[in-house]
Amino acid sequence: MTIQSTKVQIQLRVNGRVHDLLVEPNAILLHTLRDLGYTDVKNGCEIGECGACAVLMNGTSVNSCMVLAIQADGAEIVTNAGLGTLDKPHVIQEAFADAGAIQCGFCTPGMVISTKALLDRNPDPTEEEIREGLSGNLCRCTGYGQIVEAVQLAAERLARSSSSPSSSLREEGQEADPEDRLLASDGAKRGGEGS
Amino acid sequence: MLPVFEVKRPATLTEALEALAGGTNVHPIAGGTNLIVDTRAGKIAPDLVVTISDLAELRGIEIRDNKIRIGATTTLAELAESDIIAQHADVLHQMSKSFANVLIRNRATIGGNLVNAAPCADTAPAFLVLDAQVELASIDGTRCVPLDEFFVNAFETTRQTNEILTAVWFPVPSKYSVGRFEKMGLRKISCMAKVDVAISITLDRNGLCEKARIALGAASPAALRAVDAEAELVGQQLSTQRIETAAVKAAATVVPRSGSEYKREVVQGLVRRLLTAATEKGVQQ
Repeated sequence: MTIQSTKVQIQLRVNGRVHDLLVEPNAILLHTLRDLGYTDVKNGCEIGECGACAVLMNGTSVNSCMVLAIQADGAEIVTNAGLGTLDKPHVIQEAFADAGAIQCGFCTPGMVISTKALLDRNPDPTEEEIREGLSGNLCRCTGYGQIVEAVQLAAERLARSSSSPSSSLREEGQEADPEDRLLASDGAKRGGEGS
Repeated sequence: MLPVFEVKRPATLTEALEALAGGTNVHPIAGGTNLIVDTRAGKIAPDLVVTISDLAELRGIEIRDNKIRIGATTTLAELAESDIIAQHADVLHQMSKSFANVLIRNRATIGGNLVNAAPCADTAPAFLVLDAQVELASIDGTRCVPLDEFFVNAFETTRQTNEILTAVWFPVPSKYSVGRFEKMGLRKISCMAKVDVAISITLDRNGLCEKARIALGAASPAALRAVDAEAELVGQQLSTQRIETAAVKAAATVVPRSGSEYKREVVQGLVRRLLTAATEKGVQQ
């Protein structure tokens, strides 16, 4: 039997931008987001094993490969790029760069999302809690040690910035890592990629 | 891409049940952690998928008539955060915190895990030791099935294709009951169980075992209770020797597949460990 599918009208709010879409009933949120240009959401295993496609959906971290696009109708989606950009990185993204927690970088967007979800709920996690919180994200370069350090660094910096809200990290004399500056200028050259 | 299917987004349970009554190849979807993976793998090929995650009738955790009712689309993450569950059903609380990983717990539902009936479904043994029943609804009405009659075989339950599992019920456990859950897998966290063990015991004021439940997951095609091991404990002081006898009987319940005979030893060890810990806690109470 051939099934004739009828497209379904949905609305997604992704990184603050509203998208009114017609999607196939069998469309997966992962593919819909990538087709919209949010290619920081990585397509890894497509079976919920690797976490590379993790996004925040209404504030909750989920594998976007296991959500039908229609199930996300009306939802607020935040991807890694929605947390920060190369010019204005989020504290977590900066911590990943500073800790050397990025090797090939493919798992990083998902790792960052899971870190955000973890620190939102538990601002001062133990190493065990970090490893548990990130256990749905696989890193094939197996650089888990640095990733754990990145989360610890992010937690420290977030705690410091919330205890002294008037002073940003930079003003406290934190030198930007040379790598950071490279990344930032690289980003400026490529300008607006993924937006 | 997934194979093509139609989708229906009902606003009420009745609408969902009507959709399910309309054909045999109609599948409800809640968290999607099984359905999407199985559809992609070609294990199922739905004609129609009915979204049920937003139905109010299937949500919430409440105490009613001295029973705890958990709506079927309650996620494992919601279960882990529930004060009612943490206070009254420690075995379920422990299970929910060790279920897969955060990303999966945020989507996977208790109803989906039970209906899928994988031999290694973590929810199954935890609910079995709580004497849980599942509530199944169709357009013809609602029925309740004790969980130990619900599981038939691996990935096979007594649910009819026109039924939706709407809730899980169990009596509020005695405040003197102690539950424990542990799994053995290939990783410390975020793994499929190679063996699941859930126990729940209640000791009376003299330290005698009033009630005992032991259930195993991934140790046979369907999750099951180790009733012979339970019988070993009831009315007895839970001495080291008594616990060992029960652990040996629990191990004998295992139905290993070729190459998984080791599961008997794992079950024996886990049952011993959990019963010992629960007895210590139970005596203090």
